[in-house]
Amino acid sequence: MLDLRLYMAQRLSALVMAPLVLGHIAVMIYAIQGGLSTTEILGRTQGSLLWFLFYGTFVLAVSVHAAIGLRVIVHEWLRLRGIALDVLTWGICAALLTLGLSAVFAVTLP
Amino acid sequence: MKQPPRSHPLWLAFVLHRVSGLALALFLPAHFWLLAQAITAPARLDGFLAFAENPLVKIAEFGLVFLLAVHMFGGLRLMALEFLPWSDRQKTLAAGAVGAALFLSGTFFLRAI
Amino acid sequence: MTRTRDMLQVTVQRGEAGKTRMQRFDVPARENQTVLDVVSWIQQEADPTLSYRFACRVGMCGSCAMMVNGVPRWTCRTHVSRVANDGRLDIAPLRNLPVIKDLATDMDPFFDKWVAAEARHHPTRGRLEEFDPITPDNPERAEANLGIECINCGICYAACDTVAGNPDYLGPAALQRAWTLLNDSRDADRPTILAAVSGKGGCHNCHSMGSCAQYCPNELNPMRAIAGLKRETVKAALRGKRDA
Repeated sequence: MLDLRLYMAQRLSALVMAPLVLGHIAVMIYAIQGGLSTTEILGRTQGSLLWFLFYGTFVLAVSVHAAIGLRVIVHEWLRLRGIALDVLTWGICAALLTLGLSAVFAVTLP
Repeated sequence: MKQPPRSHPLWLAFVLHRVSGLALALFLPAHFWLLAQAITAPARLDGFLAFAENPLVKIAEFGLVFLLAVHMFGGLRLMALEFLPWSDRQKTLAAGAVGAALFLSGTFFLRAI
Repeated sequence: MTRTRDMLQVTVQRGEAGKTRMQRFDVPARENQTVLDVVSWIQQEADPTLSYRFACRVGMCGSCAMMVNGVPRWTCRTHVSRVANDGRLDIAPLRNLPVIKDLATDMDPFFDKWVAAEARHHPTRGRLEEFDPITPDNPERAEANLGIECINCGICYAACDTVAGNPDYLGPAALQRAWTLLNDSRDADRPTILAAVSGKGGCHNCHSMGSCAQYCPNELNPMRAIAGLKRETVKAALRGKRDA
């Protein structure tokens, strides 16, 4: 159910995300004080290539990582297998990618 | 509460890793959808951010930051277990991952309130 | 020192797959009594139709493993005093394996997976040639030595939740054996072993929950062996990409 290729995709995406998660938590700790507002978020991210690359990479990696992780859970706990499991895996990946990239575009496009 | 049979520290670390991963994966679509409103419906995002000032929501946010941090530190432990020379201190490392996650999420919580 | 009870309250899972039931027995408590002693007492004194497996009674043959109060144990070396819960014992056949009858499980899936993992010797030389000497100081040999005391009892297989959730998963015992052979200079077929443990039921399904190492009666660590297989398969794949 997890072959070598999916395993490597899972570990590679995890490795990519480790520093991004640390950065994301640092931003949250920095930004949360005094509350958040749409203007404040956009002021930080809008038109910034750096934030676009940061969160674009994050969304890409998390879509792969979460899709494979959910694949394992659905297989082990709900016994889904075969083509249905593959369709679900890549469906989750595509859905997260679409939603995630639309969020990244919304907050970073100038 | 009675402990389930066959439970032991590394098994609990596995359960924590799975539950945190599952919770984060289920949270992500809502997170993405809300942020995507920043341009099209900023009022809706602002409405939610005002709602997030509620102390109960702050506690939930603390929980999310903890889940994210513990999933990352726990995952780093697993990758070290797989790719670095073997260490017999896995229980200590797993406890360290929980401790580090509590520290980060606690810092977040103290800044948030 | 707790007061020695006169009787143990023992619950035993009876019957064949699909129609199992629990049966209560009161068994006289003794000092220095193993779980296998309790099962044997039931079979000899209370119900001769009780089916179970054992052979050596000294922890070498690996045939007497059962679930005792929810935990897989080698029953011949498990003292009742260590595992009884307030004088109660729940005894059931090994988890994750089909039941034949009562406490005897069908071990075929377990051993089929040893073969599927290529956990069998691939000879390097013929019978007329000298064999490769064992060199204890060699790091690969030292790694192989960590796994060779496996007695095939199936306790790690029964303890593993990944096996429970994923019936294709080869399991800790077979994968540890594959790792031992991979590190043995007398085994000739590394590529076949690496391919066999990289399939859809292979080593990459392991979540390192460590129940195999936690409950192995010989204190082996299949989790460590499986981590080694993950590392070597990834290395081989990266090398393959470079060579291609």
